[in-house]
Amino acid sequence: MSDRTGEGERVRDDGFDDFLDAVESGEGYYLECPEGHGSLPPRRVCPHCGATDLEETPLPETGEIETYTEVHVPAPSFADDAPYVTAVTDFGGARLTGIVRDTDAVTVGTEVALDVAETETADERVLVFRVR
Amino acid sequence: MTGVRVAGVGLTHFGKHPERTGRDLFAEASERAFADAGVDRADVEQLNFGNFMGELSEHQGHQGPLMAEAAGLTAPATRYESACASSGVAVREAVKDVRNGEADVMLVGGAERMNNLGTAGTTEALAIAADDLYEVRAGMTFPAAYALMARAYFEQYGGSREDLAEIAVKNHDNALENEFAQFQRAITVEDALEAPTIADPLGLYDACPITDGASAAVLVSDEYAEEHGLDAPVSITGTGQGGDKMALQDRRFLARTPAAERAAEEAYDDAGIGPQDVSVAEVHDCFTIAEVLAVEALDFYAPGEGIGAAARGETTRDGDRPVNLSGGLKAKGHPVGATGTSQVVEMTRLLRGDHPNSDAVPGEIGVAHNAGGTVASTTVHVLEVDR
Repeated sequence: MSDRTGEGERVRDDGFDDFLDAVESGEGYYLECPEGHGSLPPRRVCPHCGATDLEETPLPETGEIETYTEVHVPAPSFADDAPYVTAVTDFGGARLTGIVRDTDAVTVGTEVALDVAETETADERVLVFRVR
Repeated sequence: MTGVRVAGVGLTHFGKHPERTGRDLFAEASERAFADAGVDRADVEQLNFGNFMGELSEHQGHQGPLMAEAAGLTAPATRYESACASSGVAVREAVKDVRNGEADVMLVGGAERMNNLGTAGTTEALAIAADDLYEVRAGMTFPAAYALMARAYFEQYGGSREDLAEIAVKNHDNALENEFAQFQRAITVEDALEAPTIADPLGLYDACPITDGASAAVLVSDEYAEEHGLDAPVSITGTGQGGDKMALQDRRFLARTPAAERAAEEAYDDAGIGPQDVSVAEVHDCFTIAEVLAVEALDFYAPGEGIGAAARGETTRDGDRPVNLSGGLKAKGHPVGATGTSQVVEMTRLLRGDHPNSDAVPGEIGVAHNAGGTVASTTVHVLEVDR
């Protein structure tokens, strides 16, 4: 989204871009603390309990849509993507937010798999969910 | 510990003023507040100012001293930024400073210029109040975020788009006589249901407008009010603030707002009251579903029970506990950095009897609930009037 800031190419965001790379190669993970709380990188502490020993734990193959919306009025960086469906999904250990692709049949409880794709507007990498 | 009185309040018209700068808007609001208070500007010891998107909309940071200058002050000034709760936080910090003796006279307020960015630019600017990595990059806008919460609410507790439409209709009705409101026109449930979809299940009439405007209030200690013979019957008797995870995905609840629950509990305890003592409320209805979440967080209703309050006539003008008699963010407008203080301004006018809807106020105690982002930050204030 370099056009958002006028600062040229976006630099890499350590942690988050590593996470997208991992999802892209089918090895998605989340961070798990000893209490079993899950969250996404980059993190140095568990956002739920403050534990500092976080372990990369494989994400389950599938998750479930917990809530979703079809966005008709997008920000400029998604202008050509609209309308699109943004969803919050539950992948067991962690929740993820992304865009649901390739389906009209979205409902709460729909089973989805995780992937990475590019936005149509800005060719930026985005987490996507594909209905199983 | 001294009490804190609202000596004077001021607003600009809330609406589309794309050609007016933030400093001009705040100069107008603060001028009204000083005229209302009858307080000498030279007595002001500090300005607490709320603004959210000044860097994006006006290429203007460091707004504290700029706005002090616009208000005619030489006092030190600080900008508070907490997304849409920016000037609610400014009020809270001012209350603390007066109480602890740091200052006897404070100016608080906020301003936001938004319409010059257009709809797309404003949508993008507002989105940065969400988590950039996890939410904005996944296409989240603010209407989308509240739509996610609305669907989660419907799933968990029930409710319908009609219930939400009743809230929009109520708040438009309340704004009819409010000269400061952006929309002084009535709508029907059908209008709301037939409006274009923004992010389903939310349509255009479920959303507050894009608004330019400013708000200001002069807060003084009890001692200062007495020494100067001020007519200041309204006091801020309780303040509370709560926080939550930034991103929805990291929240325990998608259909409840614990940050506001905590803020309300703290404010009630501080004022020595309970939710049953509150007779009127100004709440942060940036979207219709947000009013539902607010009245539940304020403990007027149990979770899942607030959705039908407007439809049942309980929160309407002639109801037992009217909510958003100003028109709310929905109809009065939402210049984000100005909103928190504007709620205190409206509640002050409602309680002391010089608001067009003052005759609908059934008691002496009101609350103002101001939420930032998807309620990752919230302030709640209790206001009481001497009768």
